[in-house]
Order: sequence, then structure tokens, then C-alpha cells
Amino acid sequence: MEITPPSLEYARLMPLIVVFAGACLGVLVEAVTPRSARWPVQVGLTFLTLLVAGALTVSGWSAADVGISALGSVAVDLPTYFVWTALLVLGALSLLLFTERRLNGGVSAFAPQAAAVPGSVDEELAIRARTEHSEVYPLALFSLFGMMLFAAASDLLVMFVALEILSLPLYLVCALARRRRLLSQEAGLKYFLLGALASAFFLYGVAMLYGYAGSFDLAALDAAISAGQQSTWLLLVGMAGVSIGLLFKVAAVPFHSWTPDVYTGAPTAVTAFMASCTKIAAVAALLRVFYVGLGGLRWDWQPLMALLAVLTMAVGALLAITQTDVKRMLAYSSITHAGFMLTAVTGASLSSGARDLSSVGATLFYLVAYGAASVGAFAVVTLVRDRNGEASSLDDWAGLGRRHPWLAGAFSVFMLSFAGIPLTSGFIAKVSVFESAWSGGYAWLVVVGVVLSLLAAYFYLRVIVTLFFADPRPRAAAVTTDAGTTAPTGEPDPTTGAGPAGPAAAGPTAEAAQPGAGALSVATRSEEGAAAPAEETSVTSTASRPELGAGEVGVGRAGVATYAAVAVAVALTVVFGLVPGPLLELALQASVFLR
Amino acid sequence: MNIPWLTVLGLLPLAGALLLVALPRTAARAAGLAVSLLALVLGGWVVAQHLAGAPLAEQVPWIPQIGAYWALGPTDGLSLTMVALTLVLTPVVLLASWRDEDRRGGASEAVRDVAEVRQREQVLVGAGGPERPATVGGGAGGGAATAAEQPRRWSARAFFALVLALEGFALLAFLTTDVLLFFLLFDAILLPMYFLIGAFGGANRKRAASRFLIFALGGGLIMLASVIGLYVVSARAGEPSFLVADLAALGIGGEVGRWLFVGFFIAFAVKAPMVPVHTWLPDAAEESTPAGAVLLVGILDKLGTFGMIRFCLGLFPEASLWATPVVLVLALVSILYGALAAIGSKDLMRLVAFTSISHFGFIVLGIFAWTSQSMSGSILYMLNHGLSTAALFLVVGYLVKRRGSRSVEAFGGVQKVAPVAAGLLLFAGLSTLALPGLSSFVSEFLVLAGTFSRYPAVAAVATLGIVLAALYILLMYQRTMTGPVTDDVRDHVRSDLDGRERLTLAPLVVLIVVLGFFPAPVLDAVAPVVGATLEQAGVADPAPSVGQEAN
Repeated sequence: MEITPPSLEYARLMPLIVVFAGACLGVLVEAVTPRSARWPVQVGLTFLTLLVAGALTVSGWSAADVGISALGSVAVDLPTYFVWTALLVLGALSLLLFTERRLNGGVSAFAPQAAAVPGSVDEELAIRARTEHSEVYPLALFSLFGMMLFAAASDLLVMFVALEILSLPLYLVCALARRRRLLSQEAGLKYFLLGALASAFFLYGVAMLYGYAGSFDLAALDAAISAGQQSTWLLLVGMAGVSIGLLFKVAAVPFHSWTPDVYTGAPTAVTAFMASCTKIAAVAALLRVFYVGLGGLRWDWQPLMALLAVLTMAVGALLAITQTDVKRMLAYSSITHAGFMLTAVTGASLSSGARDLSSVGATLFYLVAYGAASVGAFAVVTLVRDRNGEASSLDDWAGLGRRHPWLAGAFSVFMLSFAGIPLTSGFIAKVSVFESAWSGGYAWLVVVGVVLSLLAAYFYLRVIVTLFFADPRPRAAAVTTDAGTTAPTGEPDPTTGAGPAGPAAAGPTAEAAQPGAGALSVATRSEEGAAAPAEETSVTSTASRPELGAGEVGVGRAGVATYAAVAVAVALTVVFGLVPGPLLELALQASVFLR
Repeated sequence: MNIPWLTVLGLLPLAGALLLVALPRTAARAAGLAVSLLALVLGGWVVAQHLAGAPLAEQVPWIPQIGAYWALGPTDGLSLTMVALTLVLTPVVLLASWRDEDRRGGASEAVRDVAEVRQREQVLVGAGGPERPATVGGGAGGGAATAAEQPRRWSARAFFALVLALEGFALLAFLTTDVLLFFLLFDAILLPMYFLIGAFGGANRKRAASRFLIFALGGGLIMLASVIGLYVVSARAGEPSFLVADLAALGIGGEVGRWLFVGFFIAFAVKAPMVPVHTWLPDAAEESTPAGAVLLVGILDKLGTFGMIRFCLGLFPEASLWATPVVLVLALVSILYGALAAIGSKDLMRLVAFTSISHFGFIVLGIFAWTSQSMSGSILYMLNHGLSTAALFLVVGYLVKRRGSRSVEAFGGVQKVAPVAAGLLLFAGLSTLALPGLSSFVSEFLVLAGTFSRYPAVAAVATLGIVLAALYILLMYQRTMTGPVTDDVRDHVRSDLDGRERLTLAPLVVLIVVLGFFPAPVLDAVAPVVGATLEQAGVADPAPSVGQEAN
């Protein structure tokens, strides 16, 4: 028997391969380079990888090198190229935040030793040895590879594999925060457990759809639906399962409950990465599955999707209003935006005749607009700090606009974009998704969406009010009371945003300032657990950070990378708001999936 | 080379606003005024071009994918009237707030303001919190203690930049003939106004600013739904386009037209503002500085009535006719309610705001009375109301600043202490109540006469508004300016208006008198727009015999 080797379109798949190879090389770097050199080497390797992959993607895109590749499992078409480019650009922006070390006194925002129990002697030793987990870079690249594959998969099984590839590294990096480690670990665990459940649903759905169509291929599924020979139950159950898996990643209600906790607990750079890139990949995959695979079933899923869109917008906006923590509010905002995108998905309108807009194009534009603003917003969150790290409580941000008008101005731009106020990309994005829904026959959904937009605008504008018009409150009392309440409760209390959420929050700066006191503090901590370090920090860290007084919130001095990320995000948001034409054109051209 | 003058005119103030941010504090005010005067000159030239029979127009594809254009002009009487109003009021406003903004001042800084700050200060001291000196506002404060006594305000530079930004957005909004671009500017203009109220106003300014923004955004989002609907309709009809001319040619009618009309109308009614969606205006006007109130009522709110003519009537004539009875009733309610509320108002700024609600009622009445007389009158009214209300707000602002309170009861006998201020208040008041010989008279008469020829009963009720106007203005004057000089007034109102303050009012007074006697140029300029709008709706003026009776 003769075995024909599978033919792979290497040139076309090269962006995927490069990112994967970069990630693998990163693992190798961990093994062979000395500890001191790892961080810079990883940073260089990562950005080189992204650059090369980006260049390859753009060259493939401009050459319109499209086709179903890798034996029918990967569809490299125009939407794929658009999504890849968006993923690489926004991923690079988020990874810029990963590189920030100046804010933390010369170490990264990731845990010094993930395996050490929070508050243990091991951790103290690791902090003092100033170790860092430079593995976050290969992990992020693996995840990015998964996202790229996820968005391009035209085969349900490959899609499942991609889903796992993108998720597993994220579960890990979510748990790697240097400060408030318990919250971070809880976030990682929660994300993992719920994500695994959603994956199970997805896999179950895939199995059902396979039973229905006899193939994992999306085009074959579509053909089977058109033929309509098989049991509808298999199809509907399969669709439900796959949808749950996808909507979980999109963070649509009712599969959203992980979002606030994970977004809050994860290191902020990781949150930025998740909010922008995961959302893009997940929505792109959702579009592909529903438009290519389940397009024939449109009349069945459209009403359901409309309902989900309304729920997602409403729940996200309503709960966001009640938040007092900026990071958590942004998490709910990301849910709301999932809802806005679902309105376009619901419409399922194609560009026809003189009308250029389409659901896919509108959604793709929305993803970029939302992703850029998200990365920027979370980048600003990393900058606003007190002596214990990020100060993300909304009260802490009061009056920031007076002391740091540029930073507050940038954050306001992102908020305005989220709220869909004109002159920002969010406005054009909102107009186009609503238009797609209306053209698809869902005018009522647009009206509901507009009303809920007002609700959403309310909490975004409240942030601006707080930034510019509110008077800063004294926080001395807040810090001491918070230390007692930071045990790993089931629901992280948003009000404790101001205080340290665990011994790790004492931070390396404190230790660096008083190396002599180290041994003593280790003993204290291991005995008394979470309550002890608050007083201690109040003594030590003031000395090491002269710019921040007791209980004071300010803007930390960051490296160039973070500022660059904020600046690029502002530029993207404003430019795409004023001159949306070119990007919209690209998005609209990329609105037909290859099947 | 073909210079896009309208774009230059609109972008000049915006560029000026950006420039101000970069300039040193001391030069910012002069630069801001210079930019606004330059825009005035340029605007004058644009108007001259139009009158010379060469209306300017520009049209460049902006977002070709959805048929949106950067379309300004062709200029017409309606847009140029509003542009002229904007261009005149901006330098006046800048000059009027020349000295206000770097220190405590402005009309709305009531005594309780200081008390509140003191209280807050005590809380701070009690909690042992560090008092941070304001870095942006309070430039005039001598030390930390004085800075703390003053409510934190932003710098004059920020104020001037915001006013210029507002001017630029307003100019573009009045000039544009693209629905999406108009919507964009309609919403964008809220931001400078929001900061003008929220950063420079009185004690409750944050609340007032938020309220203003929520109302305006709510209206705007409802309009957004209609804007999107318009696009869908035009896409279904063939070539998608947001140009007013293209959309008007579609003749959108029927149920769709009515729904879309309602979306637009609600947004404009909120902006105008009409009862029952007026509640934000008294608060916003009360809490903002006099200059902010002038911009809010004089320019920003005109976008509402402007939009009714340009978009509601222009795009949905059928639906507009369908909605006329309801709108007329709302307009009547606005006229009477605004006037009654003004009579009962104890706060001077609030009083002026309520008079505006009454006047906006008249404007809307004229628009929806569907006669060329009343609609021309409405457009003229928009101009006159801007001028007379600006004068009223500014004089009231000067007085309130001296007295340190906005309350009507805090005044008494001012005309003996500050005769010029009192006289100008009376002049502005008489202009507001439409005294013959002053500009508002012409417009109010045209509106009522035009309305009478079609809806006599409505006009009869609306006439009550004139009587009430006389009441609220004269009662206000009597309570505050006449009678014996009270001790408080003697203590606080130490000086009459100074040269700068008189200078700000002079152009307004001159314009009010001139337009009172020679309204013909404006009426001639707006006649083509009015004619076209009515013709498109298929409405002809009622037989003149009815009009004779009205006279």
C-alpha cells in the first residue's frame, strides 16, 4: 500500500508556523540561557517573532494568497488575514505591557516563583533573589498561535484543538500575578474549571455535529444541513454545544460569569491580552461557525442570538454600573461589547448591491476598535498605583485628571470610544454593527441596543467625571482595614482594590529597601498570614518610593513600552474615529468566508 | 488653488483650541480671542460670498463604504444665520469671561459654595489626609490655604480652548449637509459643553453637567437609531448615501418615515429643549457660568430647532405634517410652562433659562405652523433669541458676580448703585419680552401672525405667552433693581459695569436694535430655504384673507 504524504501549503501557513516556532524557541531559551539573560532574550525573540509573522501575514494578504489549506482544516481567507493582522498587532501591544519592569522597581508584574505558596518562605526567598518567570512570553505566543488557528479553523476538530491551545497558556498566565497572588490564583483556577466545562460542551457539540454531518468540516456540515437528511435533534444539540463553547470565550451572557473575576485577578497585562485578542479570536471563530457551518440554520439561531445579544448588553451594562473597581468595570464592559457585537452577528446581513456593509465586516471593525481601546485602557490601569501596586478602585482615581491630565485624557478617549461617542472609532463601530442588525431585519434589536448604549455610556462617563471632577479622598483608613479582609474568599471583593490582597503585595521594593528586616518579616508572615504585612509596608515602602506618600495614589513611572502602548492605542482610537474609511474598507473586503 | 473655505472656517476654532493648549497661560486668552475674531472675519467673508450669489459648498467622500461625506454647504440662509450667531457670540463670551476663570468668580459662586468647601476641608483635616494643591486649577491662589478655600477650577486656558472647540463643532454642525457628519458633530459638541459646565460652574455643577450629558446623549442615541434606519432605507432604495439632498429626494414616508421622524424629533426636542424633556436646562444654566449659559442656550440649543427645520421637515415632510398637532401642543405647553416657571423662579439664572424654554416654544410653534411667515419668523427668532438671551445672561452674570448670590431676593435697588447695569438689564429684558423696535418683536410677531393664519386657536393661546413674558421680565426688574437699596447690595455691589463688560454688551445691543428696525436682510436670506422646505412638503400658505384678519 502506498501512502501519499499530505501536502501542506507552507507558504500560506507560514504566519502560524512562525508564531508556533517562536513559542517553541522560547521554551528552548528558558532551558539554555542563564537566568539573567532570559528576560531580554525572550522579549527580543517574542517581538521578532511577531514582526516576522506580521510581515508574512501582510505579504500574504496583499498577494491575496487565499485557499483552504492543510488538508481542508485551515481556511486562509480574507477574514483570516484581517483577524491575524489584528491579533498580531494588538497582541504585540499587549505584550508591550508584559515587558514593563520599571513600574515594579525593576521586576516584572509576574510572580517571582509561581510554584511557591503565597506568603511562604520560598516566596520570600524568590522575591529576594529577584527571580522572574520569563516563560510568560512563550506562553503568550502559544496562546496567540492558538488564537490564530482558532480564527482560521474550518474544521471543528481543529477548532477544538486550537481552543485548547489558546486557553491552556492563558489559564497559567492568569495565575501569575506578583501582587494579590491569591486572587490571581483563584482567577486562574476559576478560568480553568469553567473553561474546561465549556470545552467539554464544545467537544460534545462537535461530536453531535459529526454524527449529523459525518464530517468535521464546516463546509460539509453546511452541505448536510442543506440536504436535511438527518435527525434534527443531533443538529440542534450539536449547535447548542458548540455555541456554548464559543460564547463562553466571547463572554456572552449567560456564559460570562468567569469574566469579572478572571479579568480582575489576572495580571493587568494579561487582562489586556485576553480582553483584546481572545475576544477577537473567539468572535471570529463564532462568525465562521455560524455563517459557514450553520448558515443554513440561520432562521433557527437568529432569534436565539438576538435574545443573547440583548441579555449580554443588558447584564453587562447593568452590572458595570454597580462596580467600584476600574478593572472589574472594564470586565463588565467587555461583556457589554460582546453583546453589541452579537447584534451584528444576529443580523447576518451580507453586502449586496450598492450597500457595502455586512455583518462580518462590521464585526471585524468593531473588534479592532474595541481591542485597541481595551489594551489602552488596561495599560492605563497598570500605571495608576499606590505603594502596594495598582490602585484600581474607582475612588482612588478621583481627581486624577487634575494631576495627570494627559493620562486621564487618554483614558477618557478610551471610555468615549467604548461609549460610542463620535470622533472615536467606537462610534463608527457602533453605527456599523447596528446597521448590520437593522439590515438583517432586526430593527427592534437596534432600538434595544441604542437604549442599552445609553446605560453603558452612563458608567463610562462616570469614570470621566471621577477622573476630572471628583475630589480625591484620603485613603489612610482604607489601607489598614483592607488587610484583614483579603483572605481568599469565593468572590473577590471589589472594594478591596485599594489594599494588599495577600502577603505578596508587600512587594519587592519593600524588601529591597530594608534587606536587614527580611528575615524577621519572613517569620512574621509565615505565622500570621495575611494580616501582618500592612503595617510593615507602610513603614518600608514609603522610603523606597518617595513619589507616593502614605495611602496616596499616583502614576508610577513606567518604561517606554507602556507609554508606547497607551500612545498607539490612543492614536488607533482617534484615527479610526476620524478616518475610518481605509480600515472599514479592509474589513468589508474581508467579509466573505471561504468555504 | 481651490481653498475649501467652509472647512477652514470650521476647523479654524478647533485648531485654535489645540493651539491654546500648547501656548503659555498668559498668552492663551489673547490668542483665543484673536482666533475667534479671525473666524468672525472669515465668516463675514463667507456670508458676503453667499449674498453675492456664489454660495460655497464642499463635498469630499469621508467614509465611502457607507456613503458618508464631508459635505459642508451649499450655504443657505438658515445655516448662515446660525453661523453668524455663533461667530458673534463666541468673541463676546470670551471677552465676558476674560477675568473670571483663573480665580473664584463667575456668577454661580454662591456663598454656600465656600461653606461647602470649608466643610470638606474640615473633613480632610480631621481624617489627617494630605491636602494636595491643585495643579490645573486655582492658578491665582496665593498659597495652599487660599487654594483650598477656592473650589478647584480649571485654568482660563482650558476655558478658552473649550469655548473655541465648541464654536468649531457648532460651525461645522450648522454647515454640514450630511446626516452622519451632523450626528457626529451633534454629539461631539456635548463634550466641550460638558466640561464647560462641569469644570467651571457653581457648587452643584457636577450633577448638572451629568444631567445635561445624560439627557443629550439619550436623545442623541435615539437619533442614532434613526440615522442608521435612514441608511438602511437609502441602501434599499439603491445608492446608500447620507447626504440630505439624496435622502430628501427619496421622499421617505409611510410608517418607516414616521418612526425615523420620531427618533430625530425626540433628539431635537431634548436639545431645544421642549417640555417635557426640558428639565436639564434650568439646572445646567443655573450651575454653569454666565458665559457657559450663553453658549448653551444661545448656540447649542439652537442645534435642536435648526435640526427640526433641516432634518425633520427636510427629510420627513409627510411625517412632520402627521406629527404637527402633537408638536403644536407641546410647543404651547413649553411657552406657557416656561413663562410661568420663570415668574415663579427665585434664582436669576434659572429664571433666564425658563424664559428660554418659553421662547423655544415659540420657535417650534413657528416651524410647525407650516407658513412661510411663521417659519421665517422662527429662523429670525433663533437669531434674536441668541442675542437677547446672551445679553440677559451676561448682565445677570455681572450682577450676580458682584452680589455673590443668584437669588432674586438678594437684590434690591440696584439701579441706584449700578445704573448702567440696571439699564442694560432692562434693555435685554425688554428685548426678551419682544418690545416693538427691538429685534425679538419682529420675529415673535411673524411667528404669531403666521400661526394665526393656519391655526388661530393655537396662536390665541400662544399670545398669552407674550403677556406672561412681560410679567416675568418686569417683575424681575422690579424686585431686583427698583426700590430702596438694601444693605447687602450696598455692601457687595460696589461698582457699575466696567469698560470690558460694557464692551461685551455693546455689539449685542447694537445688533438687537438694528435687527429690530431692519430685519429685511435676514428675512430675505432665509426666504429661499423656507420656500423650499414648504414646497417639498407640498404645503402652500393659507389664503391671505385669513392673514389679513390676523393683522
